[in-house]
Parts: sequence; structure tokens; C-alpha cells
Amino acid sequence: MHHELWNDAAGGFHPVSAPDFLPEAQLREVQLRRLKAVVGRAYEKVPLFRQRLEKRGLTPESMQSLADIAKLPFTVKTDLRDTYPFGLFASPMADVVRLHASSGTTGKPIVVAYTREDVEVWAEVMTRTFAACGLHRGDIVQNAFGYGLFTGGLGAHYGAETLGATVIPISGGNTDRQIMVLRDFGVTAICATPSYFMHLAEKAMEMGVDLKAMPLRVGVFGAEPWSDAMRARIEADTGIKAFDIYGLSEIIGPGVASECSQHEGLHVFEDHFYPEIIDPETGEVLPDGSEGELVLTTLSKKAMPMIRYRTRDITAILPERCGCGRTIRRIRRIGRRSDDMFIIRGVNVYPSQVEAALLNVEGTLPHYQILLTREQGLDQMTVEVEVTPEVFSDKVRALEEVRARLAHAIEHILGIRVGLRLVGPHSIQRSEGKAKRVIDKRNG
Amino acid sequence: MKLPQLSVFLENRPGSLLEPLQVLAAADINLVSISLADTEQFGILRLVLKDWEFAKSVLEKDGWVVNVTDVVAVDVDDQPGGLVKMLAVLAEAGINIEYMYAFALRRNVKAVLLFRFEDPDAAIEVLEQAGIGVIQEEELY
Amino acid sequence: MHTVQPPPIDNAVRDRDETLPRAELEALQLTRLREVVERVAHVPFYREAFALRGITARTIKSLDDLRRLPFTTKDDLRRHHPLGFITVPREQLARIHGSSGTTGKPTFVAYTAKDLQTWSDLCARFLVAGGLQPRHTVHVAFGYGLFTGGFGLHYGIEKVGAAVVPAASGNTRRQIEIIQDLGAEVLVCTPSYALTIAETAREMGIDPRRLPLKFGHFGAEPWTEEMRQQIEADLDILAFNNYGLSEVIGPGVSGECAHRDGMHIQEDHFLVECLDPDTLESVGDGEEGELVFTALTKEAMPLLRYRTRDIARLTREPCACGRTTVRMSRVTGRTDDMLIIRGVNVFPSQIEEALLRVEGTTPHYMIEVERPGTLDQLTVKVEVLPELLSDRMDRMQRLKDRIGKEILTVAGIRANVELAAPRTLERFTGKAKRVVDKRGQN
Repeated sequence: MHHELWNDAAGGFHPVSAPDFLPEAQLREVQLRRLKAVVGRAYEKVPLFRQRLEKRGLTPESMQSLADIAKLPFTVKTDLRDTYPFGLFASPMADVVRLHASSGTTGKPIVVAYTREDVEVWAEVMTRTFAACGLHRGDIVQNAFGYGLFTGGLGAHYGAETLGATVIPISGGNTDRQIMVLRDFGVTAICATPSYFMHLAEKAMEMGVDLKAMPLRVGVFGAEPWSDAMRARIEADTGIKAFDIYGLSEIIGPGVASECSQHEGLHVFEDHFYPEIIDPETGEVLPDGSEGELVLTTLSKKAMPMIRYRTRDITAILPERCGCGRTIRRIRRIGRRSDDMFIIRGVNVYPSQVEAALLNVEGTLPHYQILLTREQGLDQMTVEVEVTPEVFSDKVRALEEVRARLAHAIEHILGIRVGLRLVGPHSIQRSEGKAKRVIDKRNG
Repeated sequence: MKLPQLSVFLENRPGSLLEPLQVLAAADINLVSISLADTEQFGILRLVLKDWEFAKSVLEKDGWVVNVTDVVAVDVDDQPGGLVKMLAVLAEAGINIEYMYAFALRRNVKAVLLFRFEDPDAAIEVLEQAGIGVIQEEELY
Repeated sequence: MHTVQPPPIDNAVRDRDETLPRAELEALQLTRLREVVERVAHVPFYREAFALRGITARTIKSLDDLRRLPFTTKDDLRRHHPLGFITVPREQLARIHGSSGTTGKPTFVAYTAKDLQTWSDLCARFLVAGGLQPRHTVHVAFGYGLFTGGFGLHYGIEKVGAAVVPAASGNTRRQIEIIQDLGAEVLVCTPSYALTIAETAREMGIDPRRLPLKFGHFGAEPWTEEMRQQIEADLDILAFNNYGLSEVIGPGVSGECAHRDGMHIQEDHFLVECLDPDTLESVGDGEEGELVFTALTKEAMPLLRYRTRDIARLTREPCACGRTTVRMSRVTGRTDDMLIIRGVNVFPSQIEEALLRVEGTTPHYMIEVERPGTLDQLTVKVEVLPELLSDRMDRMQRLKDRIGKEILTVAGIRANVELAAPRTLERFTGKAKRVVDKRGQN
């Protein structure tokens, strides 16, 4: 079986991918050993986790089999906020070599930390991701994920570097330049959010650049949900193979799961990230094959172990063995969430963040609505805010200032550009009970 | 004399100007002056009318955001240089004009302009000292 | 009153090659010079020049033979776009970076995996010389991306073992919150951004002197001693200067030690010359001239005698820190019309190119650079065809947005755009003077 894989140079085998193919019994052994270690580490170093275990009468010794993980308490996003910034760190700052941040559910960001070993594991799982997407040494990878506190850019960067590819760290934006680089350097693979790549492809067509005639072969897309219909369109328009990858900064960043050549679900790198599916209402663990919320436990993280982290992403673990030969299990592509978070240009946004910003400027919460559209393949977020007598003025400049202040407050919290439109009072539709805050017109 | 001016927030879309004016017409309210400041996104409708308190309540009852500010109506000679003379007086006194617009009605050989000043009282004083006519409320309605 | 402590003179040296006796250092340089001449001999640009001058590695007998080697300029890189200066097979490239060219096309540079190691080591050296230790947390507010600034420092800090906060650029208020919350002791950015951080903190009601920052490494744009004093007073930190350019390697070409009296050029990796830009003859130590660098150890794209267009002075006086390397002064000017605005290199020709892309503009324009507070501001005034000066505010706004977007695309920088009526901007009879740089006039 492995013989075939070795022959399939583009089919995704890299020495670092070996754990993808571990015999199942061996994989479970590795997982159990690492589970015991990480629970021990969290118990010893993270007071919140220790308290929660003690309350349940548990100790690290309670982990005798993988099934025992179900006894452990969940970790949720608000735990990160409540212990901000260092409360969940299991390593001293002297051992931390990297900090990233992403948006929390309100104004405060959440912070995640990495030791040198964590950064190495991250590079390893991203290398395995690229290998599964058919990349290898010598590929020229244009990394259009945003670099910075967002984990997408640097995560993909280290993975492609470890793979031995040539990395062009172009980051997001400046589409004309992206197309020029893509063409001039004979780029063979691109990393981006799928919506940004669609935008780039449309722009290329406008500029008379035929992506089908380019060496570009593979697109590694993530950081936002996308459909099979979108994949079909991307592949037909540009002649590339499009792969879906999955990750979240609370767990490590990109590199939690990736598609392989089969495009039938995403392989979870479960020797490092242990997946469970639960009923989001009851918290009960569901058997493989059932749909529910994905819960992940980091089996090897040092600086910030996450035990049973609730991702709020709805999916299912696919029980069948994959045609590619990987033994690590797959999850179905993520289609929806169990909360109201949405993703715009790869950035996670909660309506509560927008509310926090509006409240900050106006003192009371005005009626508002978030409109998500896609123009030329690019996600746009527009917040419509009803004008209140408190902020209204007869002067254009004063009103423009209110508009700009509201926009800046939101941009400050979200870290992305948003449109802000002042609208007339009562122009936003009220519905019975909870107002519909988000109108997503991006697909259709 | 300061005149109360109503301003009304409008969205920049077809029909948005019509709606508040319909409300006023239905209440039998006559406009003395009207001006519209617009940007790509929104407009501000500025109205001077006799029964402004009633107009305000009518508009607000219909759900419009209405704001009252004072403007100053000034008589300007309707001949070349007429406005220049007046602006020079204001500039000399360091008085800032927020915005201005022309009045709908004409009086004899004078044009009437409406000004929004940061400090209307100071502006009136300066203009009157320079012999430039500031129009009284009752002359207009 | 400012209470910055005197510099911590601990003379930390990361690498013994930084303190080699001159004779040993020069012997190492000569060996490496021969090696690099050998490596570049098959690059078409150098092959031709070598043939013309009868140069082979064997004819390099002493460091003085450097003078026989050809110069390399930014235009040479552009003419051989994208990778005409590569000396290794393409598959060996690990990284590609770019910097702004004189037109919309950036010039590109490439690195092998070993080059990236060298680069990280060089950045680690000047960071350590400036006091960085593994226990520190470093806030990196340089842009990441094709620009080399962010990555050079990022990998250098990682090499030292300190914690990197890759904050990148933008959203200053949030950056300040993060500095505060994560307790960063070290700030890495452009010097003008350091001042912006101080100013914005005050606006937020935060005393910038009470931020956890203790020292900072600043570069990517020229600055002055006065600016250093202001940064140190505003943020209550020690400020260190470093220098580099992507064509040579990126940041890491030189940096200050604890004595902060000139930047040590990492001479075991780069040969430096200081030349009269007109005669191309060496100027004496202490005299201003254009810096010219030869990369001795780079694998992917070593350039010989790269003309930086940066004006500075060199000194060979020994430094109290024990390093034996030559030191360079701050960069005091340029020999071309390149502007550095908020750390971004901008050529007036790029602005012109951007304007030409927008219908309705005319070739009459002015570029104004100001620093109203602490942050550079670029304003481009351009005359437009009369029919475009409509009374429709929205239409004019769209035209301005369009021009702004093109400038951003070509030059990578946000500009304020002002539309001017026909025949209102100054006309030039001789050489057009379209750039008005009002910075440093306060």
C-alpha cells in the first residue's frame, strides 16, 4: 500500500506525513499517551483547569483510556476572555516564543501562546497539510493569507518553508501585484481565503491573464467556510485543484485538518488534536458519523493546552477509511456554526463585537444591522446604523464624523475595514423577538 | 435675529425627499425655505418654516429624526460684489461660516441668504455694526 | 525631564566573528570575496562584465581588487526581472521578497534556506548587541509581507529565543492595548511609528512612559538624534538604530551596540565602500559618501558592489564594545529622489505611473510630504480635466478614491488625493520639482 504512495510524487507523501498513516492501534496508543501527558500538564500548570477537575473529583490519573476524555470539563471561548491574557498559559514567558491574538466575542482579543516545540509542531502539521494537498519541495507557494497576529499567514508560511518550497510571503491585498507575481514567478500553489482567490481570478480575467495557462496547480484555501459549488467554479475557471483546510488559533491556527487528493472530508491530524463530536445542547459525545459540534483537545501543546475546546463548528466525523490510505479520521467540511459568529475575509466576527463598538460611541445601543455581500468575489461587511436624535446634526461634516467614529470603533475591534451607513430611523426591519442582526447575501 | 431651522436626516435613495415633504403638506404646513445637503450616502434636509415647532412634532411623530438649530437671514445687495462685501466683514471679524444657502424669496433689490454660524449672536452683532441687514422673523413668514 | 537610564553597557556579543582581529577578519573577507566572485561568474550580468575586465576568482589577490568589480544598481535588477541574478537552481530558493522599484514593478530578491539562517543570525546579533534576551517579549509593528523588515526581525528574535508578537502594521490603538496587556518590553518598528504609538497612547489617556516597553530597535527609515531623544523621552525607553536593505539582505546589515555610537556593519558578511557618487572614488573615513555593499556569503542572489543611494559616513575607530567592525553613521540623505514615507520607499515615478492609469488626470501633479503629528502624510495634488470637476460630490469622491487606489497599488502607500482645477498647479520650465518634503521643518 505504501509503495503506491511513494510513487505518487504529487499525491502527498512527505516523510513528515508518516503519522497520517499510522496503524490505528498505534495511533490510539500515541493519543492516549499524549492525552495523559497533556491533562497532567494542564492540571499542574493551569489553575482554572485544576479547579474544574477537582470539582469533579478527577485527577490526571483518571485518564485510563481515550474514552475517559468524556469525563473532562469543556473549555469555551469565554474562558479565554475571562482569564485574559495569561490565565491559560502552562509555560512561563521565558519559554514562550510566539504570541498570536484573534478576536474575542466582545472588545477584548483572545491571546494564544507557543513554545519553540509548539511552533515546530505547528510547522509540522502545516507541512503535512501541504503534502496532503500534493505540494512538495520545489513548489513556489504564494502565501496570500494575512500575516500578523492572525495565525493564517505565519502558519502557512512556516509549513511551506519546512516542506522545502519557495515561499513568496505576499500577504493579503494589492491584487494587481498578486497577479503580477503569480505570473512572473511561475507560482505553482497559492494559499488564500477562497473568496479572495475568486476575486483574484476575476481580476486576472479582467486583466487578460489566463490562469489556466499558468503553472498554478493547487489552491490551499481556508479561514472561512465555502461550498462545493464554489470549489467547482474555482476549479473550472482557473484549472487548479482546490483544497479545503481547517484550523483555529485557540487550537494552533491552520493545520488542524486538511483535505487530501480524494476531497472527501478533511483529515484531522489527530495525533496532535483529538476530535470529538458532541450534541451542542446536552454536551453528550456522539458516535462517529453523527452530526454535532466539533470539540478538540490539543494532545501535544505546551504553552497553552486546550482540553475539550468547543469550536462551535458543526460537522461529523466520517467513520470510513479514506481512499488515500491515511488512517487519521476525517471530518466533513464545515457548513455552519452553533453560534452567531460569521467569517469575513478570513476574520472571525461576532455581532456582539459590533455592539460593543456602537455602544462605546453612542452610549446607548442604536438599531443596527450587519450586511454581508460579495463584490467581485470580495467579502464586504456593511453596518447599517439608524440615526438617533442624539447623534444627528444639521452639519454634513458633523454627521460624517459620527459615521467615521462608528466605523473606526468597529474597525478597531475587528481589525478589518467595514462600510458604515447611517440610515433613517425605523428603516431596519424589526422582527418578533430577537432582531435579525446579520443579513448574509454572499451566496446567492 | 436668529431663525430656527429644522434639519431632517434623509437616506440617499429615490423618494426619500418626497416623504417628509408629504408629511408636512398633509399637515398643511408651508415652507419658507428649503435646502438639501447631500453626500454619497445621506442627505440633510434643511427647512425654515413659520410654524416650526408644529412641523417638528409632526415629523417626529412620523418617525423622522429632526434637529433644531439657529440660522441667520441676511439681506445682500443683488448686484455684483454684494456678497463679497458681506463676507469680507465676517472674515475681518474672524467669524466662521458653517454653511450657507440662498433663500427662496426675493425682496426688492436684495437677495436673502441664510447662514449657519458657529456663534450666530456674534455674527449678528458684527453684521449689524457693518450696516448689513439681518432680517427679522416676522419679515419672512 | 527624562529619566532614561544610561545604556546598559554589558557589551553582549553573540558571535566571535564580530570581534575578530582586523587581520583575521580581512583574511576571511578575501576568501569569501573570491568565493562569491566564483559563484556569480555564471550570472549573465556578471559574466559579461567579468569577461570585459578579465576578472576571475583567481585574479582577486587582495581586498583592493574589489575596485575592479562592476557595480550593480536597482535598474540592473529591474532589467533582469524577475530572477536574473540567481546563482542557484530555482528549486533551492526558500524565499522571495520584494521592495519598491522605481516603477510599479517591485524589484525582487531571493534566499536559500542557508541565506535565511544567515539573515536570522545577523538580526539576532544586533538585537543581542542592543540588549535582547530570551526572557523578553518583543512587539513587532513592522509590516510583514514582501517587505523584508518584518521577517528579518521576526526570525532574529525567534533565534534569540524571545517571544515574538507579530503585530504587523495598522490599528495603533489596538497595538497599544496589546503592548500593555502582553507586557512587551521591546518595540520593533519605524522610528516615526514609535512616536505615533506615544502620541496615540496619550490620546487614549494612557501615559506612554508607563507602558511596559524598556527598549526599541528602529529602522527602515532615516531618523535623527533629536528624534531618538524624543522617542526615548516619550516612551521612557532606550532606542537603537539598525540598517539594511533588501537587495543586500534586509535588516541586519548593520546595527548599534550598547554604546550607540554608529552602527556596526557586519563585515564578515558584507564588504562596505563609501564612494563619491559622482566620481565613484572612495571618500575618506568620516566623510559623506554613498554606501556600496558586496554580499560575501549569500547563496541565492549575492550582489557585487550594490549601490544603495544612501549617504552616510564610515569610521574605523575601535568601539568600546569590543567589536572590530567598521561603523556607519545614520543615513543622512539619498543620491536619488526616493522618499521614505512611513517606512515605505516611494519613488515619484511611481506616483506618476499611478496617475497615468486613471483617465481624466493630467500630467500636472505635486507630491507633498508632511509630518503633522508624528506620522508622515503623503498628499498628491493632481489637475483633472475640467469636465471631471463636477458639482456632484459623489462623482469627484469616486475619482479621488480611484486615484488613491492606484497609488496604493503601484506604490504601496495610502495618499491623500486632492483634485485641482486645470492650470492651478505650478508649471516648471527647467527640471520639474514636483516633490515638496516639509518634514523636519517644525
